[in-house]
Amino acid sequence: MTPRPLATRRLILRGAASVALLGLGNLPIAPARAAANDKYPEQAFKLKNEADAIKALYGRTAEPSDKVKLDAPEIAENGGVVPISVTTTLDKVTSISFFVAENPNALAASYRIPDGTIPGVANRLKMAKTTNVTAIVEADGKLYSATKEVKVTVGGCGG
Amino acid sequence: MASSIRVRAISNGDITEVQTLIQHPMDTGLVKDAKGELIPAHFIQQLTFECNGKDVFVADWGTAISKDPYVKFSFKGARKGDDLKISWTDNKGGSDTITAKIA
Repeated sequence: MTPRPLATRRLILRGAASVALLGLGNLPIAPARAAANDKYPEQAFKLKNEADAIKALYGRTAEPSDKVKLDAPEIAENGGVVPISVTTTLDKVTSISFFVAENPNALAASYRIPDGTIPGVANRLKMAKTTNVTAIVEADGKLYSATKEVKVTVGGCGG
Repeated sequence: MASSIRVRAISNGDITEVQTLIQHPMDTGLVKDAKGELIPAHFIQQLTFECNGKDVFVADWGTAISKDPYVKFSFKGARKGDDLKISWTDNKGGSDTITAKIA
């Protein structure tokens, strides 16, 4: 008897395994917002470069201003949690955004400041490495920025 | 299930200070797990604060927000006992809402 390769018969159940989407109905969340301005700026969050992200979000560039006060640590020991806050003395502020220049995606957060809300926000950001953090304040249709370098000893993207 | 949102809203005269802490992994989609497989992105995209029928603060977030996000802001025009409604939605269609009384 010569050894012959045994062809294993496989039953391929093609098509029978059609995915049954049971109970996965996504509930519609949050009623559709009226103003286009209220939409989540998906595109701006995807861009890598800071200048591109600013352009995508606001469509123009910001000028540095000493009326924007950015509070960030000199050195962050843990890049995963860097407390950063911004306050401003500017009037008619409509939004505040945070950018981390050398993160995989520069735009970190964008906050809408309706009338009656104090133009200031504190949050915690992830930083991949030592780089500049920029806060942009949109006031009366113009953009003002403040930038500070934060030294990161352990990056926030390594888990 | 306990709410993922913890909020402290304190009225101080005309100004209400709001501090919020949310439990959320905020995965960037760039980090690998112990087996070397990428953990898919899972992060809050929008967080809304509503008081007396009006949005008082809206946050659009990317993946660079830290895990278990914290945010603090203040607004005018609310009084003690008013309701503050906080809700978030994430990139996977998840969401949570809580209504807190301003203290």
